[in-house]
Amino acid sequence: MTYTQIGIAVVIAAIVTDVFILRTRLVTRKGFWVSYAIVLFFQLLTNGVLTRLQVFRYSDDVIVGYQPDAAPPFIGSGRIAFQPFEDLLMGFALCLLTCAFWIYWGRRGVQRTPTAGPPIWRTWAAQRHARASAGSGGTASSGSVAAPGSPSTDPSGAGDGEATT
Amino acid sequence: MELERLTYLGVLLFIFVGSAWLEIALRTRVLRRWKRLLLALAIPFTLFVIWDIWAIATGHWSIDPDRTVGLKAFGIIPVEELIFFVVVPLASILSLEAVRSVRGWPLGDEAPVDSAGGDAR
Repeated sequence: MTYTQIGIAVVIAAIVTDVFILRTRLVTRKGFWVSYAIVLFFQLLTNGVLTRLQVFRYSDDVIVGYQPDAAPPFIGSGRIAFQPFEDLLMGFALCLLTCAFWIYWGRRGVQRTPTAGPPIWRTWAAQRHARASAGSGGTASSGSVAAPGSPSTDPSGAGDGEATT
Repeated sequence: MELERLTYLGVLLFIFVGSAWLEIALRTRVLRRWKRLLLALAIPFTLFVIWDIWAIATGHWSIDPDRTVGLKAFGIIPVEELIFFVVVPLASILSLEAVRSVRGWPLGDEAPVDSAGGDAR
């Protein structure tokens, strides 16, 4: 079997595992596809560097393109960002399979918590709001109106780190 | 050792550092949940390393000995490849949890609050 054939088979196997075996169905989740887009961008970048420098060399017989003696083309001859497009098949399968197992074990109750988030800047923003309203709250009546709203978002943001453990 | 031999290892370090900061900045809590992480990595790591060893042995691809440190497992697979199949899946999970941290979209492993609330009289 060629790398091309194995790559396609591995993508199908990963999808079958996600949908039918583990039943995690990540391929139906928006969150997975957005995160894969990020992974794909960095694969094109980092694997592009490695294939451009010919750290990886591929047999002409197993890829759609060819392996030149010098640097491979940026695009064309079955290559995208220097790498054989087959590498993208492998990358997708690796990403999907790993994420599916991550979700699978979480669903089984293995360290479902502490859950992700919130980003630290939201905590900082909430703390700034809390400080601002604490400073103005004493004098102005409008400040005391604003105060109850802001601190209520603060504990949910800042406290999450410890509370969900 | 020539600097060139750190090429592959350097790219792996970039991938690790470039994703691990999410653990702090976005509170992905992936490394903190290391037992779940190890369970998630075990099977993909094993399958892809077997594929890699087979592919190198059959000549599907080769890895430049001048751009790797020279340590090999089983006498065939560069140690960088083993690190690759830890660092890249880790980056994938960090990315998944980073998106969840920012957007809050469900991924299917949430605690079954609805059924628990319904069952509890």
